[in-house]
Amino acid sequence: MIEVDNLTKRYGRTTAVDGISFVVKKGEILGFLGPNGAGKTTTMRILTCYLPPTEGTARVAGHDVFEEPLEVKRRVGYIPETPPLYQDMDVATFLDFCAKIKGVAKADRRARVDAAMEKCRVGDVRKTLIGRLSKGYRQRVGLAQAILHDPEVLILDEPTSGLDPKQIIETRELIKGLGGEHTIILSTHILPEVSMTCGRVVIINKGKVVAEDTPDNLTHRLRGAGTLRLEVRGDGPAAAEGLRAVPGVTAVRPHPPAGGVTVIEVEAAAGSDVRAELARAVVQKGLDLLALQQVGMSLEEIFLHLTTTDAAVDTAASAPMEATA
Amino acid sequence: MTALRNVAAIVEKEWRHYFGSPIAYVALFVWTMLFGIFFHFAFTYFLKQSMMMAQQMEFGGGPKLSINEWMIRPVLHNMAVVALFVAPMLTMRLFAEEKRQGTIELLATSPITDLQIVLGKFLAAAGLYALMIVTGLVNLVPIWYYASSAPEWKPVLTGALALWLIGSCFIALGLFVSTLTRNQIVAGILTFCLLLGIWTLGWADEPTAGPVMKAVAYLGVTNHMEDMVKGVLDLKDVVFYLSFIGFGLFLAQQSVESQRWRA
Repeated sequence: MIEVDNLTKRYGRTTAVDGISFVVKKGEILGFLGPNGAGKTTTMRILTCYLPPTEGTARVAGHDVFEEPLEVKRRVGYIPETPPLYQDMDVATFLDFCAKIKGVAKADRRARVDAAMEKCRVGDVRKTLIGRLSKGYRQRVGLAQAILHDPEVLILDEPTSGLDPKQIIETRELIKGLGGEHTIILSTHILPEVSMTCGRVVIINKGKVVAEDTPDNLTHRLRGAGTLRLEVRGDGPAAAEGLRAVPGVTAVRPHPPAGGVTVIEVEAAAGSDVRAELARAVVQKGLDLLALQQVGMSLEEIFLHLTTTDAAVDTAASAPMEATA
Repeated sequence: MTALRNVAAIVEKEWRHYFGSPIAYVALFVWTMLFGIFFHFAFTYFLKQSMMMAQQMEFGGGPKLSINEWMIRPVLHNMAVVALFVAPMLTMRLFAEEKRQGTIELLATSPITDLQIVLGKFLAAAGLYALMIVTGLVNLVPIWYYASSAPEWKPVLTGALALWLIGSCFIALGLFVSTLTRNQIVAGILTFCLLLGIWTLGWADEPTAGPVMKAVAYLGVTNHMEDMVKGVLDLKDVVFYLSFIGFGLFLAQQSVESQRWRA
């Protein structure tokens, strides 16, 4: 549905987007992740034909953003970071205007506006001036504006920024509900949002794609499936020794004991499940095993790791890898 | 078809802004009030003059004074000056505010061309300005009832058309200036200065002026008004105004488009 190929955008000397490529399939929700200034907004603006690319191509629903901008715009719904709203219009009037310039046929206009208002739950403020609305309502009016013409593709730039927790959850539900019939690209720097709503994640940093995968895969790939955390009561060093002897274990890191309990991190080769052996090893030493748990790297850690390490591209590609503790 | 609908949608939106805020009312108030004041002065001056003429009649007398020439024409000339002040009021917001509020992004990512946006905004302002002129002309209606010899209506119409064309030139330029900044006050002041500069070009027209000064004077918007106010509709004047407007709109459209390339 969306094909981005070697897309580059330079502002004078600075390069905002540096040769990124990715593909979004129909009905997919893609999370676009990166620190502020990574090039998320620029990429989205190119996809919505607001900015022309310096190099490379982007095709949305089979139309090139540069060659056929009107065709692309007809098929894309977009909310910029701050939803573009006319403060002095009421909600219904604003949406009616948007429907007109988005080419919704006159006969369908009323129905479409009503449907969008219902979907985004702004019907109760339809006659309120937008300037008087709270941030949450404005965000929803922005979303209603984006889905008015029933676009094939939705591009949402930080749709939950500035909302309270309840509104964030509601907005996420709304976006999830829109997935399937719409293809969605969603940018954010809030990580739980991605693992909750998106089927796939593209992490970009300094204009480059540093990782691309499903949230779960990213977690696994980066830490290696076999990192385990054990809690042992009793003689910590003895337990560590026993664990080292288990075949398949590549590293054992005992933490300093606290209150007679030692936390030990164990890494095993990828693909091997050593949990049963580890438990047995601890028990054979006559010690109590209090907990044994598989540790994944949280998306936050991955994100920080990828966006603060220079060799991010290499490490992301070579899995499993030694995690920096 | 869609092009027309898009332009109409922009016009309607701009009128909502005009009448949803004080701008339209202030502009209408200032315009009609000044129209009335100028009309009042022209009227009393005309009365004084015709009284004097009537006295001279006893000694063989002068010709009867024309209402068109002595009353209506000066008012229209004065209103052209007022247009110089009112046009920036109407245009300063048009693009500057869209840029400030970020709503330009909504327009730019909708299936509507830059030219349609520019045209819509121009027609909205020029339409409001036309409404102002019509409201002002209402002042003249009583003359037809009370004057002993009714004035000619043709010079009034062509004069009003000239007034509208001049104002529309100002609006087209103001629209362009509004695309240059996100601050509407800056847009307004800049527009006014630019219009004043263009206005003074007309002063270069003197009998002794050389060919260069003649060419400069030709660009002065007011000089093309003279014949029309007298009731002579010359194609070359109309073409001058229309190409002036077209040039302003072209600049505005180029400016909107190029800002996206530079942004």
